[in-house]
Amino acid sequence: MSQGVGVVGLYVRDQDEALQFYVDKLGFRVHTDVKNGEFRWLTVQHPEQPSFQLGLFKPQPPVIDAATAQSVHEIVAKGAMPPLVLIVDDCRAAFDRMRSSGVEFTQDPIDRYGTIDAGFRDPSGNGWKMIQAREERRTK
Amino acid sequence: MRRLLRAKDRMDAASHEKWPVSRLCRVSGVSQAHFARSFKDAFGVPPHRYLLTRRIEKATALLRDTDRPITDIVFETGWSSMGTFGRTFRDVTGESPTQFRARIKATPQKPEQVPACHLAAAYRPDLTIAVSEKRRQEADPKITPEETEVP
Repeated sequence: MSQGVGVVGLYVRDQDEALQFYVDKLGFRVHTDVKNGEFRWLTVQHPEQPSFQLGLFKPQPPVIDAATAQSVHEIVAKGAMPPLVLIVDDCRAAFDRMRSSGVEFTQDPIDRYGTIDAGFRDPSGNGWKMIQAREERRTK
Repeated sequence: MRRLLRAKDRMDAASHEKWPVSRLCRVSGVSQAHFARSFKDAFGVPPHRYLLTRRIEKATALLRDTDRPITDIVFETGWSSMGTFGRTFRDVTGESPTQFRARIKATPQKPEQVPACHLAAAYRPDLTIAVSEKRRQEADPKITPEETEVP
């Protein structure tokens, strides 16, 4: 595939902390980590999804002004950012693995008519759903 | 702020349990004196009312997606009595639990494409005023309610 969405960014409160979380605890890989003065372009990738990068960006001047950056920090910490979904093959196994490495789960795995989902947050407050799809839907 | 979110997450995960402010403070590590006010500042509603919306949300989901008796649903979602549940549900949603179930079952939908939790959030009641306030307003719409929750 040569066209499509390439990068979607998250706001995080601390890029080192976010990097450690997404790489060490979730198993993502670093795609780009470039600093230019105070600004740091940091993206990670799911190991099975080479065409997509997840950006981990800090809301900060000069990209946005200090007051707006402060508001964005608060919005993230309130958990008010839009939903994120991580697809996994085995939700319960991923849950056990991630929880033992210290991921903050907001919801234990629940079976809903064949799909199993759990909820967790990254250290900044971004909320993820981790979903194991039904067998037939996964093969689509 | 991140600590307050932790308290909110815990209520989300176990909305059927009792969540007095003292327990929420223990979870979040925020002092009791400031908890209710900071929570309302952060999330727009006081903690108790937030819990109420989560319980109503869960109850509406169970009414919609299952055929379980309403008594079961009432207990599972943490209400102390049928009466309290029925009254609160009607005051919040404008119909009784039985009416709601009948209406929603009559309109076939295809919610499978939306992750369940986000579907649930979409059905969460938007409680901008206290339930008691809403009751009073409906009883006599001419009276503008006094703001009782000035922080």
